[in-house]
Amino acid sequence: MASLQTKDRSVSIPGFTAEELVSKIGFFEQLKGGVIMDVIDPEQARIAEDAGACAVMALERVPADIRKHGGVARASDPDMIASIQRTVSIPVMAKVRIGHFVEAQMLESMEVDCIDESEVLTPADDEFQIDKRMFKTPFVCGCRDLGEALRRIHEGASMIRTKGEAGTGNVVEAVRHMRTLLSQIRGLLGMDVLQLEKKAVEMRVPFDLVAWVAERQKLPVPNFSAGGVATPADAALMMQLGAETVFVGSGIFKSGDPSQRAKAMVRAVAHFNEPKILVEISRGLGEAMVGIDINLMPAHERMAGRGV
Amino acid sequence: MASEAEGGATLPVGVLALQGDFVDHEAALQRHGLRTRQVRTVADLDSLGGLVLPGGESTTMLKLLDVDGLWEPLGAVLRSGLPVFATCAGMILLAEQVENPVQRSYALLPITVVRNGYGRQFHSGTFVLNSAVLPAGTSGTFIRAPRITRVGIGCDVLAARGADPVLVQKGPIMAACFHPELQPGLNPVVARFVAAVRKHAMLPAGGA
Repeated sequence: MASLQTKDRSVSIPGFTAEELVSKIGFFEQLKGGVIMDVIDPEQARIAEDAGACAVMALERVPADIRKHGGVARASDPDMIASIQRTVSIPVMAKVRIGHFVEAQMLESMEVDCIDESEVLTPADDEFQIDKRMFKTPFVCGCRDLGEALRRIHEGASMIRTKGEAGTGNVVEAVRHMRTLLSQIRGLLGMDVLQLEKKAVEMRVPFDLVAWVAERQKLPVPNFSAGGVATPADAALMMQLGAETVFVGSGIFKSGDPSQRAKAMVRAVAHFNEPKILVEISRGLGEAMVGIDINLMPAHERMAGRGV
Repeated sequence: MASEAEGGATLPVGVLALQGDFVDHEAALQRHGLRTRQVRTVADLDSLGGLVLPGGESTTMLKLLDVDGLWEPLGAVLRSGLPVFATCAGMILLAEQVENPVQRSYALLPITVVRNGYGRQFHSGTFVLNSAVLPAGTSGTFIRAPRITRVGIGCDVLAARGADPVLVQKGPIMAACFHPELQPGLNPVVARFVAAVRKHAMLPAGGA
């Protein structure tokens, strides 16, 4: 079995060269300890960059508005993405529908820095996700548990984010998914080969990938958090639970003072372990976005269940 | 991971840990036998054997350096003669002149850098370097890398990608456009910095 080495990571993923793994995963390593912000126009992108965002996610509507408007949510207008690419110097990411590899081809040809195959948009395929090994552009995908994470990595995702429930301003699902992922990784500890083989079959991924995670007790790619982060404390919570970077979608530009909140989020992620600093940056931030109680939400409105 | 005994250097190397691939830098230094310390506050700058400015987003680091009151104290350490190693965004913070866009910096290296000068992530990759001081075949991983377009007096070029300088040094400060910290195992560029840290540790106190 050929083994590809990226620092202390070593996993073989068919279709990847060692160099590709280093530069794709290495791209996400550069974003660590930062905040990736959803933006819908160049003006918001500039506010995000000025606040210290390490990247922006360009999309036509933030998840809270996708929820409100309903209908089919698709990849954004290329003009809108290009205008944001021209405006900021930090990486620009964009979303495609689950399984919509043509939207992904289009984003790659526009040289978007990273593609998010996202449950926030309406899925285009309910059986298969994109074969991300076919792309040079690094992909991020969401997960709710270890099986989903490893299926996405096997398909070529070079970064995983826990899904949370986007557009709710409620961090409970993000916490649930991060805890589930980490406890399932710990659950592999001490399993023998037969048990790991059974797990691999259950999770529908190659044995080698499961064995790698069992032995090293972490994912072979960076693990970020998303979906429902609305306050600096929420961001710090996800970091303390094990996230390496935080995506903030609706939480910033649906709040009373986006610029102040964006700055506070950036600082909260850098100092996630220092309550005194978190107190200081949480003062006088104005209104947070109005949240939604997930328990009162009809099942069909939940985005996290999308994907295979 | 690495003990002082095997390290030879008694003080930890500080790695600026506000944002970026600081964990990779720590892992790389530890593989080479050095101790490390994450630097997030002024107090973390005390008694260091060397300093690393990691890759990441230079705009993010600039904001956090200001708001956390680290800009001046970090500058004092950078100018103190301590061995310094900077990659990618870290190099941008040290360059005399930054373009695309213009932004401020410590201006400790007489170079001009163009941010994302090799293009967006699509153009990232690993390239073989030309160098008189690194082993033949040494490669570097460039990720949305800055491009050095001018090297001034007193700054040595240690390696190039094609005709472009990509590893430069002036006195105790070495900076790379690429990411040796991301490569597995021992790395000749990291080893060069580690040797400088060990040599510095041998000097009489206060010497630089």
